[in-house]
Amino acid sequence: MTNSFSEFENAKLFFCIGTNMTEAHPVASYFVKRAVNKGAKLIVADPRRHALADKADIYAQIKVGSDVAFLNGLMHVLITENLYDKKFVEENTEEFENLKAAVMQYPVDKASKISGVSEDVMREIARTMASIKPGMLCYTLGITEHTCGKNNVMSTANLQMLLGNMGVECGGVNPLRGQNNVQGACDMGALPNVYPGYQKVDDPAMKEKFMKAWGVSELSQKPGLMIPDMMAGLPTKKVKAFYIFGENLANTEPNITHVEHELASAEFLVCNDIFPTETTRFAHVIFPAAAWSEDDGTFTSSERRVNRVRKVKQAPGLAKPNWWIFKEIARRMGHDWASSSAREIWDNELSVLAPAYGGIKYYRIEQDGLQWPCPNEEHPGTSFLHRDGKFSRGKGLFKGIQWTPPAEVEDEEYPFVLSTGRRLFHYHSRTQTGRAGMDMILPEETADISPSDAAKLGIKNNEYVIVSSRRGTVKVKARVTGQIPPGLVWMAFHFRDGNANWLTNNVFDPETKTAEYKACAVKLEKVV
Amino acid sequence: MSKTLIINGEEYAFDGSKTVLQIARENGIYIPSLCYHPRLGPLSKCRVCVVEVDGMRGLQTSCSLFPTDGMRVQTDTARVIEARKMVVNMLLANGNHNCMICEMNGDCELQDAAYHLGIEFPAFLVEQKEEKDDSSAFILRDPGKCIECGRCIEGCNRMVVNEVLDFGFRGGHTQVICDTGIPMGESSCVQCGECVQLCPVGALIEKKGLGKARRWETEKVRTTCPYCGVGCQLELHVKDEQIVRVTGVEGARPNQGHLCVKGRYGYDFIYSKDRLTTPLIREGKDFREASWDEALDLVANKFKEIIKKDGPDAIAGVSCARSINEDSYNMQKLFRAVIGTNNIDHCART
Repeated sequence: MTNSFSEFENAKLFFCIGTNMTEAHPVASYFVKRAVNKGAKLIVADPRRHALADKADIYAQIKVGSDVAFLNGLMHVLITENLYDKKFVEENTEEFENLKAAVMQYPVDKASKISGVSEDVMREIARTMASIKPGMLCYTLGITEHTCGKNNVMSTANLQMLLGNMGVECGGVNPLRGQNNVQGACDMGALPNVYPGYQKVDDPAMKEKFMKAWGVSELSQKPGLMIPDMMAGLPTKKVKAFYIFGENLANTEPNITHVEHELASAEFLVCNDIFPTETTRFAHVIFPAAAWSEDDGTFTSSERRVNRVRKVKQAPGLAKPNWWIFKEIARRMGHDWASSSAREIWDNELSVLAPAYGGIKYYRIEQDGLQWPCPNEEHPGTSFLHRDGKFSRGKGLFKGIQWTPPAEVEDEEYPFVLSTGRRLFHYHSRTQTGRAGMDMILPEETADISPSDAAKLGIKNNEYVIVSSRRGTVKVKARVTGQIPPGLVWMAFHFRDGNANWLTNNVFDPETKTAEYKACAVKLEKVV
Repeated sequence: MSKTLIINGEEYAFDGSKTVLQIARENGIYIPSLCYHPRLGPLSKCRVCVVEVDGMRGLQTSCSLFPTDGMRVQTDTARVIEARKMVVNMLLANGNHNCMICEMNGDCELQDAAYHLGIEFPAFLVEQKEEKDDSSAFILRDPGKCIECGRCIEGCNRMVVNEVLDFGFRGGHTQVICDTGIPMGESSCVQCGECVQLCPVGALIEKKGLGKARRWETEKVRTTCPYCGVGCQLELHVKDEQIVRVTGVEGARPNQGHLCVKGRYGYDFIYSKDRLTTPLIREGKDFREASWDEALDLVANKFKEIIKKDGPDAIAGVSCARSINEDSYNMQKLFRAVIGTNNIDHCART
């Protein structure tokens, strides 16, 4: 997030696209709803009319995968009606003409046809956003989990720069991150192209710096593989050994049948986990790990805040902290690492090597955490980025973006669009929530369908249906709900039975390699 | 220039932003209160916090009283104590306040008020209220202990805006209801537990903690929620390595004390009997238990063998977006500095 949760309550306008906040980030939604009750405007754009839409001033039921066209259409109104922030654009951005050239190809009637949102509603949204400044743009995986995910993200940035909503309190582009520490894992350099603190592996100066810090004579300058390419390398034997730490890929990656084939062909698979999972079935070695509350450490939240996590119990049996397991493997491969606690790793290594964390030390985050960038120990942390429109690269770069449809769209044989996500009472593949009593509230998967499709197919609420795609078939109960528009089926991936990922399409954004979990074609049949 | 408030003859400076109750408490003067919670502000319902003010007719609720310069307040006159005693006695009589077996014993604001007022036994006959509501998965409602202070209703509607709780019925029959007066488990309640955290008595209780510990037996440890990316601050209430209850840290960033159902009630997976407790090595279709030395050596040797034969890029790893930063740091360091590849990723973009 460029901005912070504490700004939500005082915001004047929210534009929430592809985020079902009330279920996926409930506490963030409290602050949005409170702001709305105090007079803030709320615009919600989502294929599902989920609970946040009930609080919205304007709700746009956009078609799955139409985001770029929809956002370009809004920008078309802003530019043609002269409603954009010319001063901000002139002073703080570049390549406006590039953006304009692309946006001009999406007049409202065309954008409306692609997105399914009426021309009037599109104009109303654009004019509302132009008249109330600043506004906060929030998104979640509805934006990123598409083959055009990167383009979707860039379009949200285009819109906020065009409105001059960057670099100010209560503005910005704010992706709410799905996992407790997905921000942190990125920051730590668990990415194939960067060292901790986003320092590039192909930069010789960075290579030197880390060689010295880690006491090694060589480091690879070649960016590594992303997850889908790693897994594709298993059957071809390009990847011989695969090490999975705490991820249940067999349930959470798209197209389970294909994923399991890949995992089964691994020559050597190692897992660290706290439970046996569908993924550890394929392992050759499983290391038992300490869980949350069994080790001291830090998580970094969506708002870039480094928060402490504390130990209150011993890990069961022989289970050990994950950092210890990696350190021990390193030692057995001839490398002795000095740090022997999470605190030593943070204080003596990470915060020294990553400039944005230079000022974050354990002693400073005993209570509220600190938000990076925090370059020195006197620095109070940074609540919002790009202050006064000063972007990290200098000027904000507009990029003209063309809309592309999802890789697989509905047709005669598979006439429904399947979109997927998370529900309030469970988390991912339920390894945790399934062992914390949440099944009492939500005991099985459902396929959420519209009342009109249900009536057409003679399906009643709670009746079993068969949902199938080109990749698989599941039998689940139908949940008939007005949240879903005709033509859409919506499912989650919490349960092994009826998991949406038996159906989802293993196609990826060409650059981010994010899978298109949000769109594929399925058919729906009543069980007779 | 700062203004002066006189409480019980002592002068206190104030700047106009705080109520008499807040100023008194900050200066160590105990005024009992029940409906007041710092997060909710004055509700002015319970009238336990009344004080006497020179020149003002009738007793004033200190939770909603903003001082003026030179205001003289008495917090402990016979008239004040008598009024408070009456209120607390009525509340005690209006339910089944059996402290001995109450989960809130030791942390109950009604009990505190009775203690400070020296109410040894309720002055009126105890009237039994309706049955407990056991229908919700994680929250037990005991209307018999409810004092109708309204904090839960304020929290549900104004703080988390889930809009489930309200007052229903009238007069002596007034009670807190879910939706249209249906059991909590059948209502639109999403079990965020905001009401439980705000309840000053034992009327709303976490089921998971029932019978596990008295309030004074637990140690409170601040930590960060293990679920979504908001980063809510939790207080774990721990007895003998058992988390018996989770509350949101009041005033903490970013959540200001609020939590959701997973953050508040999703903590006990760590105690599951399914936990992996020993290294495992594959043997045919099954796994056998192994020592750390054997399993670690096996992995290290296999990696060395593959590096020698196929090069470091034949090894790839996926880190965990759920575990602590320091784990991810060490994993990428293992891949880069020891194995010699940048084949390290995690579910960063999903």
